[in-house]
Amino acid sequence: MARRVVGIATIVVLLFLYLPILVIALYAFNADRGQSWPITEWTTRWFGDALANEGVRDAFVLSLEAAVGATALALLLGSLAAFAVHRFRFFGRETISFVLLLPLALPGIVTGMALNATFNTIGLKFSLFTIIVGHATFCVVVVYNNVVARLRRSSHSIEEASMDLGADTWQTFRYVTFPVVRTALLAGALLAFALSFDEVIVTTFTAGTDQTLPIWILTNLRLPNQRPIVNVVAVLVILLSAIPVWLSQRLASEGGTPTRH
Amino acid sequence: MRGRLLAFIYRHRSLQLLLLLVPPAGWFGVVYLGSLAVLFVAAFWSLDPLTSAIRHELTLRNFQQLVTDGVYRVVALRTIGIAAIVTVTDVLLAFPLAYYMARYARPRTRAILFVLVLLPLWSSYLVRVYAWRVILAQGGPLEWGLAQVGIPGVAIYPSDLAIPIVFSYIWLPYMILPIYAGLERIPGSLLEASGDLGARPGTTFRRVVLPLVFPAVVAGSIFTFSLTLGDYITPVLVSNSQFIGNVVFDSQGVAGNVPFAAAFAMVPVLVMALYLIVARRLGAFDAL
Repeated sequence: MARRVVGIATIVVLLFLYLPILVIALYAFNADRGQSWPITEWTTRWFGDALANEGVRDAFVLSLEAAVGATALALLLGSLAAFAVHRFRFFGRETISFVLLLPLALPGIVTGMALNATFNTIGLKFSLFTIIVGHATFCVVVVYNNVVARLRRSSHSIEEASMDLGADTWQTFRYVTFPVVRTALLAGALLAFALSFDEVIVTTFTAGTDQTLPIWILTNLRLPNQRPIVNVVAVLVILLSAIPVWLSQRLASEGGTPTRH
Repeated sequence: MRGRLLAFIYRHRSLQLLLLLVPPAGWFGVVYLGSLAVLFVAAFWSLDPLTSAIRHELTLRNFQQLVTDGVYRVVALRTIGIAAIVTVTDVLLAFPLAYYMARYARPRTRAILFVLVLLPLWSSYLVRVYAWRVILAQGGPLEWGLAQVGIPGVAIYPSDLAIPIVFSYIWLPYMILPIYAGLERIPGSLLEASGDLGARPGTTFRRVVLPLVFPAVVAGSIFTFSLTLGDYITPVLVSNSQFIGNVVFDSQGVAGNVPFAAAFAMVPVLVMALYLIVARRLGAFDAL
């Protein structure tokens, strides 16, 4: 009895989670420029229009650049921090994961406004660089979490064995340590990429007049004659963020699940 | 040469630690904590009324304005109130799904459900808000659906009611995952013991399951509450009301008043600091 009630509630909540995404996917094929339901005529022509749209293309390229830059920085900083925390005991070790999580746990306007006030104060012009600085700051924690989780599950003795067998520090890293964390790095990088590609609140404070793809959507979804293109971009963005998350889920399941926090 | 350098590094553990720690600690110490410090100091600066230049003398004027001007109090209370409503709604929505995943689902179903919960968490925030804007709009799917069952003329967008609906939707996975983790940690034998001692299922749920899963609920609430508090996109897109974030964003952008924006941004920082202290007392940090 209880089981059935909980089961039905589960299905209702799942529908609640997925119906809106389905609706927006259907609207991408709506031939009418209006948004009234039900959809009467179907078309795929908006997909061509969207892919040919210069604003969409520029925003897409900027988003890619920002995500690649932020992911690279997050990979470097996140894995260094993970190795430091895993290998050593030092003052302040316990606060590291807390500080790394702060940019995600504090309200978005706080991180955004803090960076904005700083860039303004030191006179740094808003650009791709400032976007990357903002994104990298909250992306570090996802790389860190994935790598730390993997290191915890692996044993340090295989590295000692490698050294005992005559490998030097570099060889041990190259042939023993790196293969252990490789998929965790990749999973973390994919999540960091998805996080950066999708971010909007911090970006509005650090982008100036540049438009990433989410900011392009934000600006254009209020313009009635852009609606069909916005619908198509919405579907493409959903697909683009689902693929890395699904991949990273598979990669990380070699030894657990990826975590955002 | 390379070998000697590597050997030197290998022998000096503190040097290894230094090499590992300096880049991330430097980044977070300088870029992030430094920025938060600038934000804090900037809140006490002011704008010259004549030249609109920032005056770098410390003053409490921004905070005076925040306290005395009723508009900002309304905005702050609206933001905090809706964040609380969203949190409660998400607990109610998350519980059955998390419970099903933890107690009833077979391993395979559980893995599928896990991915199904995780995917929306990562898929575009903006697109999901946009979807709701379309659904709630006049002539949209919801109005059409309600008209079919005899309730015509319900268009929720744009209105204040739309804000908690959309936020509850967007942040729901953040609540499901910690509750699921909390429920999974409760050993099944504990529930059997409660039953053996004569408790009915309802009593077991109230007196055994709920107290044990409560820290996990608080852990989830940190995210739903903080994320709602720090958002300003959803209120703009689905209502005509302002959140703290809207005032902050417009102050630094349109009005160019960075000091006032920084001062108002202190409000969510303060609220979250209090929230985290209470959450810690309730054991939420161990449930994260």
